[in-house]
Amino acid sequence: MKSKSLLFIATCAMALNLNATTNITWWHAMGGRLGEVVNEMATKFNNSQNEYKVTPVYKGGYEDTMTAGIAAYRAHQAPDIIQIFDAGAATIIAAKGVVYPVADLFDKYGVKFNAQDYISGVRNFYADTKGRMIGSPFNSSTPVMYYNKDAFKKAGIKNPPATWEEFEKDAVLLKKQGYIGLAQSLSTWTSAENFMSRHNLQMADKNNGFDGFATKLYYENPAMDYHWDKLRDWTVKGYFKYFGRGWADNQQAFYDQKVAMWLGSSGSFGGLRKGAKFNFGTTYLPYWKKFINPGAQTFIGGAALFVFSGKNDAKYKGIAKFLQYLTTPKMQYFWHKNTGYVPITKAAYALAKKDGYYKTTPDAEIGIKQLSLPTQKWTKGYRLGNYVQIREVMTIEFENILYGKKSAKQALGDVDKKADKLLAKFARTYR
Amino acid sequence: MKKVQFNNKFIPYLFVSPQIIIILVFFIWPSIMAVYYSFVMQDAFGVSTQFVWFQNYKDALMNSDYYSSFGFTLVFSTFVTLFSLSMGLFLAHKTNGMIKSRGIYRTLLMWPYALAPAVVGLMASFFFNQSHGDIYHFLNQLGWKFDPTSDPFSAQAMLVFIASWKQISVNFIFFLSGLQGIPKSVLEASLIDCKSDTKRFWTIIFPLLAPTTFFLFITNITYSFFDTFGIIDTTTRGTPMGQTKTLAYKIYQDGFLGADIGGSSAQSVILMLFVLIITIFQFKYLEKKVHY
Repeated sequence: MKSKSLLFIATCAMALNLNATTNITWWHAMGGRLGEVVNEMATKFNNSQNEYKVTPVYKGGYEDTMTAGIAAYRAHQAPDIIQIFDAGAATIIAAKGVVYPVADLFDKYGVKFNAQDYISGVRNFYADTKGRMIGSPFNSSTPVMYYNKDAFKKAGIKNPPATWEEFEKDAVLLKKQGYIGLAQSLSTWTSAENFMSRHNLQMADKNNGFDGFATKLYYENPAMDYHWDKLRDWTVKGYFKYFGRGWADNQQAFYDQKVAMWLGSSGSFGGLRKGAKFNFGTTYLPYWKKFINPGAQTFIGGAALFVFSGKNDAKYKGIAKFLQYLTTPKMQYFWHKNTGYVPITKAAYALAKKDGYYKTTPDAEIGIKQLSLPTQKWTKGYRLGNYVQIREVMTIEFENILYGKKSAKQALGDVDKKADKLLAKFARTYR
Repeated sequence: MKKVQFNNKFIPYLFVSPQIIIILVFFIWPSIMAVYYSFVMQDAFGVSTQFVWFQNYKDALMNSDYYSSFGFTLVFSTFVTLFSLSMGLFLAHKTNGMIKSRGIYRTLLMWPYALAPAVVGLMASFFFNQSHGDIYHFLNQLGWKFDPTSDPFSAQAMLVFIASWKQISVNFIFFLSGLQGIPKSVLEASLIDCKSDTKRFWTIIFPLLAPTTFFLFITNITYSFFDTFGIIDTTTRGTPMGQTKTLAYKIYQDGFLGADIGGSSAQSVILMLFVLIITIFQFKYLEKKVHY
């Protein structure tokens, strides 16, 4: 009797197992509204088939998610997919055998994939030297400039500044109306990394770190020195204000109409549209005409999805399908529309255009247009280790410039010096 | 009378074993691992490990940021300990002198004790917020150009204020019970001998509180070294210009955000030794002056 019931239980368990779908866990860093959209996308995928079930898990900010992933990997409890941000990409890519490159995954599981389908600013950032993608770009954004149209009208300015030279003139007029000209969030990203790209300047040796472990940073250069001395000068004159390193604090100043222009992410667009009580517009990141004309392309920020190694075939098949699903034009357009992140493939961009999205909301197109400018030598991004700490060093030194403790040349020189040590340490770790 | 005694040698060990196991698992084992990691260089994911002797220690001690963090930690803990101890003592003394409303004051002053440092930090970050913080605006109206996002001094003062506020209630409770432990007869005798309240406090009460003060002094220093992490993480996060990083916060940033496990382990071993030294020093020299 007893053995019979045991048998029954065992059979049931087997039956359940046969019907069970393969579970795929996805750790991500998308909070608030973004997290809701992520969940919607996973639900759409789960409903579209019945073999796989993707479960998104919110793990906090970018750093928290990466830390959680590292801890989980070390404890042999790694999730299947993890979202890793731009500054952390080198860390996970350099760790041999930790990730299953998506290009290989797609090849093996029969997913058609062509890197050329991706828009140019997105294509290279998470790829190896041969252009094969290691991570699948997910939420991609690029720094753009938002401006308060009402403020511009009051000051009698017709067009937003395309160059920093024009900005200097506009800031004077805006100050007369009681506005501070500019604020910027995440200075390391908006006014260093992408400043270098916009001016087509080399950021580090070894091809910005793509060809091997870079050991030298080139932030101390005439254009950067000039720009950061200007930012200090503008701070004194009241054309620019730094509201601390918090992303939101600087954005808040724009909301509060204290500043007339704000350098933020193209992904901030959706939130701004909801929160701003004035007319605002979006325009390209300005450049210095005296150093380059016209300005070059910027590269993506945001994050990519990486697949951990050591999982079984069934899972990988599902992951490949899911990643493919995420990059379909329909899903990309959905993501683009709901979040403000740029669509990462040309087909998705074409779909958004065809749908007339940019006719009604032209601001949403600026980011992708800026990313689609022709690729130049130093506009592909960077692959630098210990970069989270390097950004920390940069932020501290930038504050030293803005508060007048150091000249730009001195502070940026110190950035390079300290960063070189961190880079050397990173290279040594992987020796 | 029959003496009850355990004959089995192992039973006492059995009784202390839960405590020993907890200490081994949560204190000794992590400490050993920290020492191990401080001698290796390892990537974030642990795929490549090299033994590097004292390289991590050298890197930490050659770094100027390390010393500025060290300096801040010392200044910070000194002020936090000073303020929270003196405020705690002041409030305890005043409350103890009350007859009717003592219970109410005691309860109210104990409340902040229940708050976790991170919660305190989060609340404070609202008060000190530059666009809608009441304390921020109040301080600026007083004429102090208070700005914790750009001025290191403002940020440091803010942290000292928050961290002290949080710790006052703990000190208050201990001081109050210390005060209540002083024999009535002594107090009454002193009342006959001396009229001055202040003089009585410093010559009779304060020396009798010495054991409590000594205990609190040590716990407050450890508090400002380690437990203030939550406050810093929810307010300044080491900004501006990296001038509000305690050693513990720097270890967290390097190890967890920067994924430099070797470097941050080396720093924590140094910190461990440092705390060990000051604790020994305190017990050796200060305790001699304490009469129980």
